[in-house]
Amino acid sequence: MKEKLHQLKLKYQGKKMAPAFNALHTFLYTPNETTHSGSHVRGADDLKRTMNTVILALVPCLLFGMFNAGYQHYSAINGFPESFSLFNDFLTWDNFLVGITTVLPLVIVSYGIGLGIEFLFAVIKGHEVEEGYLVTGMLVPLIIPVDTPLWMLAIAVAFGVVIGKEVFGGTGMNILNPALTIRAFLFFAYPTWMSGDKVWVHEAVERAGTADAISGETVLGSLAQGSDYSYSLADMFFGFIPGSVGETSTLLIILGGLFLIFSKIASWRIMVSAVIGALAMGLIFNGIIDAGWLPEYSKFYALMSFPYWQHLLVGGLAFGIVFMATDPVTGSQTNKGKWYYGFFIGFLSVMIRVFNPGYPEGVFLAILLMNVFAPTIDHYVVRGNIKKRLKRFKTATIYPKSSDEVELKTETA
Amino acid sequence: MSKDIRIRKGLNINLVGAAEQTISKAVTSNVYALNLDDFHGITPKMLIKQGEEVKAGEALFYNKNNEAMHFVSPVSGELVEIVRGARRKILTLKILADKEQDYAINKVPDLDTADGEAIKSYLLQCGGWPFIKQRPYDVIADPNATPKAIFISGYATAPLAADPDFILKDKEQEIQAAVIALGKMTPGKIHVTIEKSSMSPLRDLKGVELHRISGPHPAGLVGTQINKIDPVNKGEVVWTLSPQDLVMLGELLLTGKFNAERIVALAGSVIKDPKYYKTKIGAEISTFLYASGVKVDRFRLINGDVLTGTKTNTEGHLGFYNNTVTAIPEGDDYEFFGWNKPVFNKISTTRALTFSWLQPKKKYDLDTNTNGEHRAFVVTGQYEEVFPMDIYPLQLLKACMVKDLDEMEQLGLYEVAPEDFSLTEFICISKQPHQQIIREGLDLLQKELG
Repeated sequence: MKEKLHQLKLKYQGKKMAPAFNALHTFLYTPNETTHSGSHVRGADDLKRTMNTVILALVPCLLFGMFNAGYQHYSAINGFPESFSLFNDFLTWDNFLVGITTVLPLVIVSYGIGLGIEFLFAVIKGHEVEEGYLVTGMLVPLIIPVDTPLWMLAIAVAFGVVIGKEVFGGTGMNILNPALTIRAFLFFAYPTWMSGDKVWVHEAVERAGTADAISGETVLGSLAQGSDYSYSLADMFFGFIPGSVGETSTLLIILGGLFLIFSKIASWRIMVSAVIGALAMGLIFNGIIDAGWLPEYSKFYALMSFPYWQHLLVGGLAFGIVFMATDPVTGSQTNKGKWYYGFFIGFLSVMIRVFNPGYPEGVFLAILLMNVFAPTIDHYVVRGNIKKRLKRFKTATIYPKSSDEVELKTETA
Repeated sequence: MSKDIRIRKGLNINLVGAAEQTISKAVTSNVYALNLDDFHGITPKMLIKQGEEVKAGEALFYNKNNEAMHFVSPVSGELVEIVRGARRKILTLKILADKEQDYAINKVPDLDTADGEAIKSYLLQCGGWPFIKQRPYDVIADPNATPKAIFISGYATAPLAADPDFILKDKEQEIQAAVIALGKMTPGKIHVTIEKSSMSPLRDLKGVELHRISGPHPAGLVGTQINKIDPVNKGEVVWTLSPQDLVMLGELLLTGKFNAERIVALAGSVIKDPKYYKTKIGAEISTFLYASGVKVDRFRLINGDVLTGTKTNTEGHLGFYNNTVTAIPEGDDYEFFGWNKPVFNKISTTRALTFSWLQPKKKYDLDTNTNGEHRAFVVTGQYEEVFPMDIYPLQLLKACMVKDLDEMEQLGLYEVAPEDFSLTEFICISKQPHQQIIREGLDLLQKELG
């Protein structure tokens, strides 16, 4: 097999289809490429490994999302079980069956369309297929409602990959996170499918208006309407709540995040500072309520009085912080800049979430906004380094070249 | 006077096949060669023709931009071949060595009384000058510029590099002479850096500022030391020398003889019996390679260490500046699912199913496989972990790639040499050619600003 593929590679060399073939070939085998310039030996990691590590961290969220799709579906029909048991009520074949029939098609469409476009661009432009979409393709199904129509997803993915990434030159060149571009496209193009109490539970939309109508409102949705929610803290932490497919289980997200920090793939600076930012904004809002500046009938009251740290448990905040804010291409690239970048993501997420009752989820908007500002943050961080160098330059010891006549120590200003 | 520097960021690449500390005498080489690529940026003008005889230490060619700068023959013999490349560019000069070596004896200046200019013209004339390199640009020093300081690194941290403490043994006298001469050419200091607990022969030198350094590679690179001791500013010039070249300069100053003899470490996992050899600049590598024996037929032979050396082959010759020759396996083979299975036999700074962090002392047998394909820059924050200078490596690389001269200047390109980016290149997930990018950036800057 190894030999055959090698022969095929030689056959395809220089042809138009070469990138497509190489993408499949390098998926099976790390290439036989050796070093040509500079270091003769290289480290073990490549981009495929890096992306693969992120996908590994996402798998628990995906599996949980599948079970949760079924759990929310049946709970909406039959009511939530009175005494919850993980194995009898959650990890059941029925739940998994619902999950596999609703979530798996999302994954397949996301990868199919996205990778298809990547291959197409690679062939047209004659560059290798880059691995960025491997993570994007996994993120997308996890951050949309479970019943998102597949055609909608297909259009959004096509838009996100082409406009969000390929027009800038592909992986590594994009300004906005492609997964969030796709999410934003869905949100603004099909708002009715992205919010409300019908989209978070499988079949809720089809059943609307019939005798079997079911619904499930997210915690944030309930808060935005000033109504109560019936989920306990444990439900929120473990993720037995309605929401986008893979973003509900804070526990698994934290585990994924720890894995990414341990493997040094994602920046712990961004994660930590984003959490700090979210807590800070939450504290400010809680403070306003405590000070009694806001009357109870205000439409912001419920969200503002929501305990500051619980913001991290609901909605997509944790998921966004761990998996999307840490995107190295669109995030801040300097270590110092990452602190500011992360902080503002957390801070703005909670702010948008509270002030936008129409759609109480600010994470993706906050991250997209900070994506745009990341180069600015880096610019000022790098300026700092340049200034330090300029300051040093003032005391530079420059001797004139011996061809010059004057012998004096120049003090340059 | 001794100052301690501690380097925290970096990475030691431990490889199998370190040279055992015994010196054997290499078989005398028949043909010696000077590879002109060793002298970056020099346009040679030949002084003798093909077929003519030279003595050891007699000039072969001079620098077109500075006629006083001579490059001399390491041995006496006949110039048998001038290998030319595209547009008749001279690539290699080959000298068939005489059986009996005949040295040109130069009239040495008196080290006590001679001034800087006299030393300078002596070194230029007698072939000692090319050992002096300068920053900015990492090229042979411009004799018209006065350096603000001179830096000598007596500590080698590169993988499998020759141990300076070992090869400099009993050379104190030559080194001291060279240092005295160098001191006359700069009003500034001569900074010598050695390992923290080293008993290096350099520790008792007079007329230098001694620094002690500790930490992982690149603590031993002179660029790291410059950055920590006295960084280069725009317009400033510093000179750098390797200690083994000081020995040659010293001998040239004391005896008037250009003695190309040098102790070379032959190392690498492919070598059966890795150890040190006494040989000469330009000697055929095969004269000592096969004395130690090789384990496999196909391997990568490197003039220098695995991070910064240049590729050569079994017909190659020892480089002008090299005191290490490394042989490692070629890695032109496929690896099934190499990108996602756990890795135990390669080095990595991440822990993405790579397990080199479990055994930091383990020695590895790395080959030349790139372990992945070339990609655009994606991951951030990783170079900084192995890059101890106060410079933003990623931003500087990008500035060089887009040829933004202002940015290159401001971000500190003056301070670096390609070798300073060898570690970032090693760990680069996108497999970008960092050293080449920096080299091209330096060349462009030099061309534009002179």
